[in-house]
Amino acid sequence: MSWFTRKNKGITTQNQEKKEIPEGLWYQCPECKHVVTSEQHAEHDWVCEACEYHEKIGSLQYFSIFFDEHEWIEVAEHMKSADPLTFTDTKNYKDRIKTTIAKTGLKDALRVGFGKIEHENAVVACMDFAFIGGSMGSVVGEKFAMGVDKAIEAHCPFICISKSGGARMMEAGFSLMQMAKTSAKLTQLAAAGLPYISILTDPTTGGVTASFAMLGDLNIAEPKALIGFAGPRVVKETIKKDLPAGFQSSEFVLEHGFLDYIVKRTEMKKRLALTLSHLK
Amino acid sequence: MEIYLEFESPIKELRQQIEKLRESEKKNGVDVHTAIEDLERAVVEKTNEIYSNLTPWQRVLVSRHPERPYTLQYIETMTDGTWVEQHGDRTVKDDKAMVGGFGSIDGRSVMFIGQQKGANTKMRSYRNFGMANPEGYRKALRLMKLAEKFNKPIVTLIDTPGAFPGLEAEERGQGEAIARNLFEMMRLKVPVICIIIGEGASGGALGIGIGDRVLMLENTWYSVISPESCSTILWRNTDHKIEAAAALKLTADDMLANKLVDGIIREPLGGAHNNPNSAALHLKEAIISALNELEKLGVEERTQQRIEKFCAMGVVQQ
Ligand SMILES: [Zn+2]
Repeated sequence: MSWFTRKNKGITTQNQEKKEIPEGLWYQCPECKHVVTSEQHAEHDWVCEACEYHEKIGSLQYFSIFFDEHEWIEVAEHMKSADPLTFTDTKNYKDRIKTTIAKTGLKDALRVGFGKIEHENAVVACMDFAFIGGSMGSVVGEKFAMGVDKAIEAHCPFICISKSGGARMMEAGFSLMQMAKTSAKLTQLAAAGLPYISILTDPTTGGVTASFAMLGDLNIAEPKALIGFAGPRVVKETIKKDLPAGFQSSEFVLEHGFLDYIVKRTEMKKRLALTLSHLK
Repeated sequence: MEIYLEFESPIKELRQQIEKLRESEKKNGVDVHTAIEDLERAVVEKTNEIYSNLTPWQRVLVSRHPERPYTLQYIETMTDGTWVEQHGDRTVKDDKAMVGGFGSIDGRSVMFIGQQKGANTKMRSYRNFGMANPEGYRKALRLMKLAEKFNKPIVTLIDTPGAFPGLEAEERGQGEAIARNLFEMMRLKVPVICIIIGEGASGGALGIGIGDRVLMLENTWYSVISPESCSTILWRNTDHKIEAAAALKLTADDMLANKLVDGIIREPLGGAHNNPNSAALHLKEAIISALNELEKLGVEERTQQRIEKFCAMGVVQQ
């Protein structure tokens, strides 16, 4: 989304963002082929008006939906991945990071913002799938940690929107230990008596599911998101059978007791604010 | 020892020579004991040489050696008839891939928990290859809470190719089960020691891997993914598992150098499979020495240090 290039420096308002969409751009829903202008699509929080297909969106879009007046302060906005293992597969990790930053305009797979949701302070961390599949490496863990610290300092709720393929393989052991680190930080948030809301979006799998995404005081999800530990391909290979329809969908995960509720993106903020009001 | 890995073939040849000499001694009555002594010395030297220069991939192979001792064997040897195995997660079933129960070590009651692999085809399947389902992680947590209630330390022995990626595992919340353990283990009020005794694969290993001391036996590996799967995902085929094993920095030395584990336990010459009793003794000594240190700390101090240790893991550019 090239029109979405606003850089956030300190408190920046985002009031003009929706008007910046060039006219004449159209969005066609990949599910039902319904066509709207990109502007209408954004107004509807990137959800198809005809069939409610939730387009995969990034952290800036989520922040524009959640934070009042589109105002928020970014936490650790310049933090980037190091290459602690000098990892090389078909490409070296350093180059992969550089290319991905250039291609996506993102610094890593998690952005953390501090702002207001319905007039109440909140820290929101949000993953970006566009950055190496939303994989969790040291930056994701460290920013998550700083987000929790910010919530404790401001004595406000911490919310994390997950969207991840799992581990950042190029950080190997460091990546694995981010599962431990994020869980450790959540024990500190819990000790401070502050709410942690986990929002699971399409897709949330692997090490993220097996750590902070499943540890919410409330776990909530967007409709029809893929949520699981093992990816569906791996499960299929394991059981050597076709997977049942709807396997690992939000609705499936809710039915099996691991979500508190599913809510449409267009109603998410209101529902979240209402939920938080009960936890004060 | 009957099964030799490919890189152990020089040791195998020497041992075969010894056998031949013994046979000829029986047949012909020739005194060959000096020749045998020389060869036995050569075995030790060769083993030492080979095991001092293992590549990361070779360590992975040793960690999966079919004669390597598994969790129950270590526990039984270390606890000398005092081990009382417990079963079940109190919710769904008893997971045979995860074992646990109290046993005495150095006069203390300790809760031992670990993944269990099987030693033959039938048992491998019974133990689900050491791949626990959610109920395995919940059984582990139940036993940890029990140990906490009676103020007993916890030792986990980690040996798994991963958490089981099956359909029921997903239905019963494999992700949640592991996540819950990470969270709860951080705050356990008793000393927790975690030891990688074989394979430490990903979240399935970490799910019982949060401790005040995380130690690795010398010939084990611990990482976010197996070298084979890493090769498949990053190189798109399994031909690069040797490179992947090196790239992942998954050996005990690498993990310690990166401060992702707290220590290494030496194995007997030629690996734990060469002398399981000696390996169990090394393990026991390491556990006792860690317990002695950890019991000196107050509850608050110990859990604080545990949490801070994991919070410090990671390398970023500001
Ligand atoms: Zn549609």
